[in-house]
Amino acid sequence: MASTEEIRTGLAEIVNEITGVPADDVQLDKSFTDDLDIDSLSMVEVVVAAEEKFGVKIPDEEVKNLATVGDAVSYIEKAGS
Amino acid sequence: MPHPQARVVVTGLGATTPVGGDVATTWDSLLAGQSGVRTLTQEWVADMPVRIGAPAAVDPSEVLPRVEARKLDRSAQFAMIAARQAWADAGFEGDAEEAGVDPDRLGVVCASGIGGLTTLLSNYDHLRDTGPRKVSPLAIPMLMPNSPAANVSLDLRARAGAHTPVSACSSSSEAIANALDMIRLGRADVVVAGGSEAVISPLPVAAFANMMALSKRDDDPTLVSRPFDKNRDGFVLGEGGALLVLESAEHAEARGARIYAEVAGAGMSADAHHIAQSDPGGQGIIAATRKALADATMDITDVSHVNCHATSTPVGDIAESVALNAVFGEHTGSLPVTATKSMIGHLLGGAGAVAALTTILSLHNRLVPPTINVDDLDEEIDLDVVRAEPRKLDDGPPGALTNAFGFGGHNVVLAFRRT
Repeated sequence: MASTEEIRTGLAEIVNEITGVPADDVQLDKSFTDDLDIDSLSMVEVVVAAEEKFGVKIPDEEVKNLATVGDAVSYIEKAGS
Repeated sequence: MPHPQARVVVTGLGATTPVGGDVATTWDSLLAGQSGVRTLTQEWVADMPVRIGAPAAVDPSEVLPRVEARKLDRSAQFAMIAARQAWADAGFEGDAEEAGVDPDRLGVVCASGIGGLTTLLSNYDHLRDTGPRKVSPLAIPMLMPNSPAANVSLDLRARAGAHTPVSACSSSSEAIANALDMIRLGRADVVVAGGSEAVISPLPVAAFANMMALSKRDDDPTLVSRPFDKNRDGFVLGEGGALLVLESAEHAEARGARIYAEVAGAGMSADAHHIAQSDPGGQGIIAATRKALADATMDITDVSHVNCHATSTPVGDIAESVALNAVFGEHTGSLPVTATKSMIGHLLGGAGAVAALTTILSLHNRLVPPTINVDDLDEEIDLDVVRAEPRKLDDGPPGALTNAFGFGGHNVVLAFRRT
């Protein structure tokens, strides 16, 4: 299973690909909406790409609970274990 | 407050076409008689009944930032590029407010013939091949036909209204006519208007070919689009678009803007003849032309040039000639006409705006680009077709018309006046 840092790095690549936000800005304490300015449609794209990359399922009803990058990384860690 | 007498002028031009990624390159290529028609190189082309087209000279991916481009259908990418060019050409910088234009008085009318068709098709492929989860959440905002208008309005923060007329190959002429109305009716001071299309893709190519609308010639691609020539056999599918900045003369003069021409009037009609075939008698075209002249308060002798719709189809080109002769009578002989589709193919929802832009530049520069490939003028075409070389317009009549007709029987004629 990937480490927390590997998941964060992988997620950062996805966020950069989809939104253009620099990968280095995608840190665990950052809010997707408030800090990274990712709208709800782009968030769905990020989630679908993350599902594919990490081999996990992230149901739509969970997405609203993933406020920060750290929330998403934790969810992916748990879902993948 | 309605301003029925408001004069409307063109102050900015933008285009990305099969012969140039901007207005200057497009214009120079047209004057030089350069064709943008190519043998298509995509893998899917091998199985197609038609293997030629007129792709954009500059791919939008070379112009737009990657992240912006991936959120836009190719047709909206063309519209965005042309809109920004036109906006800058009009002397504006930044969004409406930054440019000193009241956002509530800035409108957008950006047409499409078929909308984000390739986005729809690629998402259908995802659905079929990998299931619903892989359908993009951006699919709807990308494929909706109003997406180019909405995105241009977002980009400029234009809030007077964002509209999308859809009338096949006359769509973007209708956009300019609607923009004229918006300003005349006092609903806006400035309107960015035009249209775009991007459907060089297997399904539309097969569908247009099966309608017998496309040329089946498979020789030198630059010879395939040949409006008015005896051996024409259909149009060539092109892509790209053009947007113009229309402005009330009062607003333009107050800010000392450069004025290319006046949008003097528009005339529209419907054939009610056949869903996809031209009325050989051209009755709808005749009606639209007369309405445009009346709206522009022009007599037939006030017109010095017509930029024809002429797509290179056997019936359509003759119908246009018949109609022009019916309206202009003896004056037709002193009315040089051209068909730029001979070089850029048919941009469908972008065609009218590109033709309007060309007409405006012809008036502004007193120069009409040639129609290429008229080796043997069809004897049923009774028009003074500009061939081989550009034709100089003298300082005679100040008016010029742009024709655009669409599947469904839509006819839109725009009248411009030299300023």
